[in-house]
Amino acid sequence: MIPVKKRVLRPFLIEIALYAVFVLAYFLSVLHFLGGWLGDLFEHQREWYAAVTIILVVVQAAGLELLTGWILRWVRQRLE
Amino acid sequence: MFFPIAHTYLSPPLLVALGFVIGIFGGFFGVGGSFLAGPALFALGMPFNFVVGTDLAHIVGKSIVAARRHRALGNIDLRLALVMVVGTILGSEVGVQAIEELKRRANINQVVGAVTIIVLTTMAGFVAWESWATISQQKKRIKMPGASQGKEDAFAFDHIAKAVQKVKLAPVLSLPHSGIESVSLWAIVAVAFVGGLFSGFLGGGAGYIRMPSMVYLLGIPTHVAIGTDLFEIIISAGYGTIRHALHGNVDVLVALVMQTGAAIGAQIGANLTQYFTGPRIRLAFAPLPLIGALLVAYGLITGHHH
Repeated sequence: MIPVKKRVLRPFLIEIALYAVFVLAYFLSVLHFLGGWLGDLFEHQREWYAAVTIILVVVQAAGLELLTGWILRWVRQRLE
Repeated sequence: MFFPIAHTYLSPPLLVALGFVIGIFGGFFGVGGSFLAGPALFALGMPFNFVVGTDLAHIVGKSIVAARRHRALGNIDLRLALVMVVGTILGSEVGVQAIEELKRRANINQVVGAVTIIVLTTMAGFVAWESWATISQQKKRIKMPGASQGKEDAFAFDHIAKAVQKVKLAPVLSLPHSGIESVSLWAIVAVAFVGGLFSGFLGGGAGYIRMPSMVYLLGIPTHVAIGTDLFEIIISAGYGTIRHALHGNVDVLVALVMQTGAAIGAQIGANLTQYFTGPRIRLAFAPLPLIGALLVAYGLITGHHH
């Protein structure tokens, strides 16, 4: 029987480490480039800003859910 | 890191960590987590007008992740959620309008605040008592020879839910996913309306009112109440986010950063519900309404509406 520590903790820690790399890359690229454009929208086109806000939140949530699910499956396959 | 929309410097690692903690709470209890996120964002240095709107935007994303996980676990009653959305949005609008009206009248805020504190404290005490009594009953049953520990939810106090389900005010709905044969649509809307009212009055999602109300007033199993509440929060908080964004109260960049931590936390919280029975989740939930009561007390003492 596989110990709980190896079965649960190890995949989780690897998942967190991989996830941190993706998130860091995401901050440095996407948010950096979007910042100025979103700032402009916020100041001058509030209706568009509201629409873009909800779209970004929903798309990112779906993307992150897919990403974390994929990382977890990948880590588990490697450890088995 | 400088966030140009809110014109403020905030630490991304702290925002991610905050999102992570709130994500666990949200996924496990089916709450938005504003009682924690609001004061924390303010403490991190975010201007107050951005706190409520940004928090709502982050709640939407976190609830999508947690609700998807709960859906995979079979914890969402879509029919119930869609009916509740109507009541929540109506209640939220009335709550916001009511608080504006009450502001104009002397001492009414204090009265409503005091009543809210009593309601929330009573709810915390009741949830703690009921879940403890249910756990004790279950332990006695397990000790009896031949008794088995069922996976279905158990309640020490289900009198109100049974009485509510007997009210046949048309239209009457059947909720097979929640194991409810028939319940009046108006009962569901009323429960959601009260949750929305608290949401409008206190800010945030007021899940600490809605989740136990679904369990004790409608008889929804705890796991389904958590998943359904999260699904419902996506729509009601999404509506609130758009409203606040139009008024310039949302920094979407901050919300997106928080969401990266919340995505992991929400999945952990949602998965954790598999390992706890309904009464144990309710027992752990009991302190949350007390936090809501403390927020109201803080508002009354400082004269600041959260």
